Amino acid sequence: MGEGENQDGVRQTPLYDRHVALGAKMIPFAGWMMPVQYAGIIAEHRTVRTEAGLFDLGHMGQVSVTGPDALPFLQYVATNDVSKLEPGAAQYAMLTNEQGGVVDDIIIYREPSSDGYMVVVNASNKDKDVAWMQEWAARRNDLQVSVEDISDRLGMVAIQGPKSDDILATLTSADLAGLPGFHLLETEVAGIPVKLARTGYTGEDGFEIYPAIERSGELWDALMAAGAGAGLQPIGLGARDTLRLEARMPLYGNELGDDISPLEAGLGWAVALDKGEFIGSGPIVAQKAAGVPRKTVGFRMTERSGAPRSHCPVQVDGVEVGFVTSGAMSPTLGENIGLALVESSAAGVGKPLEIVIRDKPYKAEQIKLPFYRRSEAR
Amino acid sequence: MAVPADLKFTKSHEWVRVDGDTATVGLADFAQSELGDITYLELPEVGDSITAKDPLGVVESVKAASDIYAPVSGEVVERNEAAIDKPELVNQDPFGDAWLIKVRLSDTAQLDDLLDTDAYNALLDSNA
Repeated sequence: MGEGENQDGVRQTPLYDRHVALGAKMIPFAGWMMPVQYAGIIAEHRTVRTEAGLFDLGHMGQVSVTGPDALPFLQYVATNDVSKLEPGAAQYAMLTNEQGGVVDDIIIYREPSSDGYMVVVNASNKDKDVAWMQEWAARRNDLQVSVEDISDRLGMVAIQGPKSDDILATLTSADLAGLPGFHLLETEVAGIPVKLARTGYTGEDGFEIYPAIERSGELWDALMAAGAGAGLQPIGLGARDTLRLEARMPLYGNELGDDISPLEAGLGWAVALDKGEFIGSGPIVAQKAAGVPRKTVGFRMTERSGAPRSHCPVQVDGVEVGFVTSGAMSPTLGENIGLALVESSAAGVGKPLEIVIRDKPYKAEQIKLPFYRRSEAR
Repeated sequence: MAVPADLKFTKSHEWVRVDGDTATVGLADFAQSELGDITYLELPEVGDSITAKDPLGVVESVKAASDIYAPVSGEVVERNEAAIDKPELVNQDPFGDAWLIKVRLSDTAQLDDLLDTDAYNALLDSNA
């Protein structure tokens, strides 16, 4: 039993004691004790949509990819065109397996002032991803590349919501206006050296911030203090899930899995089929040519029901055509929404579906995605 | 929130208040607090029969759906439409306005299987 680990081997982030002091309900998630909620999921969700929220993302993984062939290596293991990244730029991508299924979804950041890349991966997949990339680095012995798990050295917190920019501006001299979405810079926040990225998982403007792990607590405290007057609140995993669902951001294990292709998940925009061969590109090209057998669609319930949940069967005229991947009572829209993976013949905005909840079918209609898009006027 | 003294409880955090041969059934404060924001209630219709220890309905929070267990057996004679329309009432007033159903008891002896307030408070303390 090491530091930051309880007797069950469930780990604690450096912010654990702060969450407990804030009254969070703590749950085990992907091997970590994490806050699922503080004030309540609906209140926290609304805080991020209207003010700003602070998230402990210390469970997420960071992988450093360096060496003279880091670029061709990432081009081979990831779906997007990594050659398009200038220093300090970032992109969404997936790691895919040889069958064209998804190993994980990731953000690739090109380091702003050094050679190499930082890949941010899901907590639940971190060990698998590191092993996968290291295995392929070894198999591709024509490439000189090093894949290193730096998760134990790097902390991660996010501030998300319309007021995050103003709150952060009080703590840093960095040119935030000059930092577009999906870009990263090195700066100080509250005197703490960090990597600061305008990225997130909520559908709002905001930042993900990476300090040295031992300074995570100091950074959290500075952000909480700076945001107190602006309505900043800590946000748990519960609201993180409803926020990302409204913004139609996929969750690995729900919309993504090793038997679901990026095209079926509706993420073809993050797959560069013109960049040359990558792991799984053959099956994905073939699937695109033949037409995808299943599509990911958005729906809203049109009759009173409980919330649709992942794995609920989906029917058309009583015949099963797929399953719900994620669903919830949407705090922003005030209605039940969800994503489903269905046979392509059943997919189409306006087409009806029946969602089977506790063995009973309820009416739903397919609607345009995303469910929620923030207004750009600020 | 203090637990009212005139109620009986299940170990799964349902409460009953008995008035003659009718019992009012609700969810205890501990249950709503554990569930978080309650978004949906699925309750039996008036005239339905419920059986002690079987699920009588479902309560949903943002995170999950959970069964509600019948503390007693009997016929449903009334259900709380206000709570069905505004499930957040269960968060706000679990022992009062947010009662769920009223049941005509088929076997009053079942009440002896339930916890009184002292025993229920002891259960809450042992969970703390």
